[in-house]
Amino acid sequence: MTGGQTMVLAVLAPLAGAVAIAASHRHPNRREAATLVTAAALFALTASLLAPVMAGERPRAILWEIVPGISIGFEAEPLGMVFALVASFLWIVTSVYSIGYMRGHREENQTRFYVCFAIALSSAIGVAFAANMFTLFVFYEALTLSTYPLVTHHGTDEARRGGRTYLGLLLLTSIAFQLLAIVWTWAVAGTLDFAAGGILEGKASPALAGILLLLYVFGIGKAALMPFHRWLPAAMVAPTPVSALLHAVAVVKAGVFTVLKVTVYVFGIDLLADVHARDLLLYVAAFTIIAASLIAIREDNLKRRLAYSTVSQLSYIVLGAMLVTEASVIGSGIHIAMHAFGKITLFFCAGAILVAAHKTNVSDLDGIGRAMPITMCAFLVGALSVIGLPPLGGSWSKFLLALGAAGAGQYVFVGVLMLSTLLNVAYLLPPVVRAFFLPPPDADGRRISFSEAPPACLVSICVTAAGSVLLFFFADLLYVLLEPIAITTR
Amino acid sequence: MEFLVGHYNYWIFVFLMMLGFYVVVARGNLVKKIVGLNIFQASVFLLYISIGKVLGGTAPIIVDGGGPATYSNPLPHVLILTAIVVGVATTALGLSLVVRINEAYGTIEEDEISGMDKEP
Amino acid sequence: MIAAHYAALQVVAPLIAAPLCVLLRRGALAWLVTVAVSWIALAIAIQLLVQVMATGPVSYELGGWAAPWGIEYRVDSVNAFVLLIVSGISAVAAPYAHHTVVREIPEDRHYLFYSAYLLCLTGLLGITITGDAFNVFVFLEISSLSSYALISLGGERKALTAAYQYLVMGTIGATFFLIGVGLIYAMTGTLNMADIAARLDPVEHTRTVLAAFAFIIVGLGLKLALFPLHLWLPNAYAYAPSAVTVLLAATATKVAVYTMLRFVFTLFGADFALDVTFFAEFLIALALVGVFAASITAVFQNNVKRMLAYSSVAQVGYMMLGVGFFSVTGLTGGIVHLFNHALMKGALFMALGAVFYRLGSVRIEHMRGLGRQMPLTMFAFVLGGLSLIGLPLTVGFISKWYLILAALERGWWPIAGLILLSSLLAVAYVWRVVEAAYFRDPPPDRPRATEAPLALLVPTWILTLANFYFGIDTSVTVGVAADAARALLGEGG
Repeated sequence: MTGGQTMVLAVLAPLAGAVAIAASHRHPNRREAATLVTAAALFALTASLLAPVMAGERPRAILWEIVPGISIGFEAEPLGMVFALVASFLWIVTSVYSIGYMRGHREENQTRFYVCFAIALSSAIGVAFAANMFTLFVFYEALTLSTYPLVTHHGTDEARRGGRTYLGLLLLTSIAFQLLAIVWTWAVAGTLDFAAGGILEGKASPALAGILLLLYVFGIGKAALMPFHRWLPAAMVAPTPVSALLHAVAVVKAGVFTVLKVTVYVFGIDLLADVHARDLLLYVAAFTIIAASLIAIREDNLKRRLAYSTVSQLSYIVLGAMLVTEASVIGSGIHIAMHAFGKITLFFCAGAILVAAHKTNVSDLDGIGRAMPITMCAFLVGALSVIGLPPLGGSWSKFLLALGAAGAGQYVFVGVLMLSTLLNVAYLLPPVVRAFFLPPPDADGRRISFSEAPPACLVSICVTAAGSVLLFFFADLLYVLLEPIAITTR
Repeated sequence: MEFLVGHYNYWIFVFLMMLGFYVVVARGNLVKKIVGLNIFQASVFLLYISIGKVLGGTAPIIVDGGGPATYSNPLPHVLILTAIVVGVATTALGLSLVVRINEAYGTIEEDEISGMDKEP
Repeated sequence: MIAAHYAALQVVAPLIAAPLCVLLRRGALAWLVTVAVSWIALAIAIQLLVQVMATGPVSYELGGWAAPWGIEYRVDSVNAFVLLIVSGISAVAAPYAHHTVVREIPEDRHYLFYSAYLLCLTGLLGITITGDAFNVFVFLEISSLSSYALISLGGERKALTAAYQYLVMGTIGATFFLIGVGLIYAMTGTLNMADIAARLDPVEHTRTVLAAFAFIIVGLGLKLALFPLHLWLPNAYAYAPSAVTVLLAATATKVAVYTMLRFVFTLFGADFALDVTFFAEFLIALALVGVFAASITAVFQNNVKRMLAYSSVAQVGYMMLGVGFFSVTGLTGGIVHLFNHALMKGALFMALGAVFYRLGSVRIEHMRGLGRQMPLTMFAFVLGGLSLIGLPLTVGFISKWYLILAALERGWWPIAGLILLSSLLAVAYVWRVVEAAYFRDPPPDRPRATEAPLALLVPTWILTLANFYFGIDTSVTVGVAADAARALLGEGG
């Protein structure tokens, strides 16, 4: 099997899985088995591409041309590999978790849930392996649409409102800005294929490139740059596995991944260094980092707090991309993986608390560490990784980003990163402190009536928490993999 | 003055056209609207016929091998014959619609009808 | 042989079948005739398109009278494509009609319905195929008169006032057109389109020709529902019987747009039209205002058929935008949108027809919770809606791609932005329906609806899937449209 076929299969596998899931809607066990098998197969397919890509190969598969020059095609390259591997691996873990969560929480419409989940994963893999901006856009929109039913899953007024914000903002930015930028790129460059060193070099003046850059970065609403970030907190009405995999990993990372992809392969690091609009975006990203953290501190709802934390963390990646130094771009790429593991752990814990203790607010968490020690320890691990303390994965990406900012002489942003670390501490550690060091409110009367979440949830939490630790020791692999993307031609 | 009198046929056309158009727009009675529409169409018939007329010309009929030296263009007449048929059909259809509207609403005044169908 | 007469048969077949339906006097038989004739018409249209693409324009002298004197049927890549759209939609809509007609129209009028349907088809095909300016008027009136009758057959009494309103405005439009043709005849002494084009040059700058241009543009503007001349359209589409809405929405305005293209580009010529002060700018401005005004109105409609009717007005704006760019890319976008819009509106109105068949209403509050009760119908609606919004892999995306490209080519990037913003309004109104159908509970007083019968579902899904097929494989549609655009602008082809 060639690399190209593997990629096509990787996109098709979850779709086939979706069909199998829909077909076995009367047999929950068979349905969940279908999900797990598909997830494992998908991970095996993407993992099999890792060795060739690390060896410097770039497998390609061009499927068909829509209009002359614009085709649906796939190409595996380092950034896409990181994203695809993270998404497909975490899908396995999330599937295990979902089974525990959805059953433990007695959710309705579970078949629709799993079907949409599989379609969303197919779209995410399509985004990861897209060979040109058009293909990426197709799957980007497919990802928006397939996750919409997941956000509105509960069908309540609140869910519908959340869904409307979600869909509205994501379609607004992608159609009004991103699509315009894509057509414009095509009109200027005559191609949309991702190419090392960019396709706009020598074709677009720095001024036009600046306009295009703004259109792209704001057009990629999934990157949740302020002021287009509100869809992410709105999406928190979804069941927790959705928030965990899609709104901490697949969807949001598809956004920042696209930003990186555009930076590296459409503009090219060299061209971008001359674009003044970059400075504006740097400050927008810095503002988002700080502002979202401040909002997170004030949020009492745990999931919404985590969502704002994600908004803030995503801007790290945008910041890194816009700094256009070798260290910062690679740091951004690594942060995709690091933040994914850390944040999914946090969401898993939030879901576990909801299932086991039926609590959603930080202020209700007093003393639950005694009933749910494993969950809360994992929460601590995830929090420390997001904060960026060794020996956890998040420390590497933050280090590289700071290094990049310093290397570019932009010491303001080194300061921003440090300040944000402090803010991270301020909003991520209180839940842990409350859980372990404050007495439960009803401790004097009765005993706490709940214990740990279902085992399926607990296993998943431990796997992702362990992943955060392991990534600290094996970050070198990611660095080597991602090194080729930051090579400049000048 | 020469311009005004010399083109009197066109002035009649314009006058009839405006008259018909005004009736269609200004009258609320559905039958009167149809009448206006008829006048409007008739004005166009006149336009066509007067285009084809050559002063001093006769009908283009060949008599004893030699035709008349000057004759009016017959084609517009033929065209307008078709247009008249279309006009008759339109009038018939319009009037029959008015009959049906009268059956359904009990009135043929536009204002009353639109008052009866307010969107709930 | 018969192949030589395809051009005539294209029009004559439905024309003969129409009185045949009256003679048969049996609804079911008339339906069979209609389906058969529609399919024959489609086969002929495909034949003609293949012939045109292979060997260039086909000319047919009606009754053996040579062109400029006799009436000439002339098929080139532009109208061959439109013939394909009209006959293709009819070939899908005719089989679909049977169930809805049985449900919506009194039985003693069934054969008359099919007769009028065939006449309407005759008119639409005739306008498209003919190469004679006056002949266009005749066919225009054939199609219009029959469509007034068809609309008045709608169940509610508002259908009658809608038909009447359309009759008045349609007749004014057609008469304006007639005046324009008369003035051109006065200046050139010919009615054959190719002949007019050749003879118009020396008299191009007279005031008469300018007046003729104005009359024709306004007259056709009324027929194609160019904003602000669109007032007849929403009610006409909303209250017509389902099958009629499908046919009219997917074909009637398209044919009027084609006629405008033909007159502006072939008869008057792009240079003439560009010389007319502000014509292109005026067209673009009207088109954009129309797109936004109609889309915004659509968002607030509670009758979904009316909502989509306003959306049709907006979509006509896109086509006019393509015309207003006066470039190959723009025209390609406009022409390909003729085809693409026929597919999406056809699919959407068919899905709505199926809803009406089960519910007897297409009001948004009655459609709540329908996603579960009529899953296939509503999913077709969602997919059609996505195409209307213009998401990639659907036909709507292809049209928008070319229109935006054309705007950028001219350097008018704010217009490109506006085109994209307007598609967000489509998101707004389509999503109102999606939300109601999928994320709300059915109203308690409504009896449980079941899935629509196969006879409705199959045509609906044929058009729905066509939305995706032609969004992925655009070699035929964009190829022909680009060819047609080049032909219209006189750049070979």
